[in-house]
Amino acid sequence: MNKVGTVVRVGIADLNTVREPNTIRTLGLGSCVGIVIYDEQKRVAGLAHILLPDSSVTKQKSINEYKYADTAIPVLVDRLLEIGARKHALKAKIAGGAEMFKFSSGSDLLRIGPRNIDASLNELNKLKIPVIAQDVGGNIGRTIEFDPATAKLKIRRVNREEIII
Amino acid sequence: MTYENLSPIQFDALREIGNIGAGNAATALSQLLDQKVNMVIPTVKIVTFDEMMDLIGGPDASVVAILFRVFGDAPLHVFFVLSIEEAEVLVQTMTHNSTFSLMDENSANKINYSVLEEVGNIVAGSYISALSDFTNLNFQPSVPHLGIDMAAAILTYGLIDISQVSDYAIVIDSKVNSEDSDNTMKGNLFLLPHPESLQTIFSSLGIKEYE
Repeated sequence: MNKVGTVVRVGIADLNTVREPNTIRTLGLGSCVGIVIYDEQKRVAGLAHILLPDSSVTKQKSINEYKYADTAIPVLVDRLLEIGARKHALKAKIAGGAEMFKFSSGSDLLRIGPRNIDASLNELNKLKIPVIAQDVGGNIGRTIEFDPATAKLKIRRVNREEIII
Repeated sequence: MTYENLSPIQFDALREIGNIGAGNAATALSQLLDQKVNMVIPTVKIVTFDEMMDLIGGPDASVVAILFRVFGDAPLHVFFVLSIEEAEVLVQTMTHNSTFSLMDENSANKINYSVLEEVGNIVAGSYISALSDFTNLNFQPSVPHLGIDMAAAILTYGLIDISQVSDYAIVIDSKVNSEDSDNTMKGNLFLLPHPESLQTIFSSLGIKEYE
C-alpha cells in the first residue's frame, strides 16, 4: 500500500528538500527548531533544523546560513521554489524550541528555545508563509518526520505517545 | 578563533586534562559504588555537531545526562552521560533498590533523581577539581542539571555558546566503567571548552604557540 520512499535526514544546522514519495526527518530537536515548509499540491517539502535565532550577532566571519532562523528560512524557500514549489502556496509547520534545562540565573542565551521559536515565526511571517500547526516549547526533545504526500508532521518524543500535526 | 590548527602538543595537553580529570572521577565513583571502576584513555576530537551526537549513540538515542555549566577563568560545560539502563543500574546500586525505573514517573522517583544528580555532582566535581589543580585555574561549577531525553536535545545546550563562534566543538571524551558480577556501567564524561577558554587553558599550562 505504501510507495517505497527514502527518508532524507537533516542534521543540526542543516536543511534539505524532498519530493513525494520520500519523507524528510530530523532527530533530537531540543532548543533547536525544525521548520517544515511545503507546497501541499506539488507534494514537495523542505526542512530546516536551526540552532540559533539570529545571524546578526555572530562573531564568525563566514557563517553557515543553515544555522540561524533568519538566514535558513529564506534559503529553504529559494530551494523549494527551485524544485517546483509555488511561493503563494507555501505553508509551514514547526516543532522544537524546548527549554531542556531550567536555570535560575536567566541569561538570555539560556532561553534559546523560546527565542528560536520567536525568530522562526517572525521570519515566516515576514515571508507571508502561514504556520498551519506547531508543537513547540516545553522541556522535551522531539524527532520529527514530514511526509509531503500527506502534509503530515509526525513527532516522536521520549516516553510519550507519538503525535501527528 | 578556530580549532582546526591545534598543534599535537595542544592535543596532548587536552588529552592529559581528560586523563587526570577522569582518573579522579573514576576514583570518586569507585568509592561511591564500592566497586572497581576502570577508565579508558580519553580521546580528544574536533567534531561537527552531528558527529558529536554520534559519539553517544546518535542524536535521538535516549540518554541520561547531568550537565554542569562551569564558570570562572575558563568557562566550559561538563556532561556526565549514561544510557537509561546504566543510570538505572547506578541508582539501583546506590539505593539497593533493584526495581527502580527511570521512566516510571511516580513521586518516590524524585529521590532517585536526586541520587543521580548527586552522583553526577561527585563525579563531575572531582573531574573539575582535578582540572583546576592541573591548570591552576579557578573553576566554579553550577549545581547539577539532570536531563533524561534524546542525546541531541540535551547536548545542544552545551553547544549554544560554542555555536556562536564555531561550527565545530572540541570534545574531551573520557569513559569510566564499573564492572561487578551482574552489571556493567559505563559513563561518558564530556568536557566542552568554550573557544576562548582554550587559550586560557593552554597559557596556564605554559603552551604558547596557539595561533
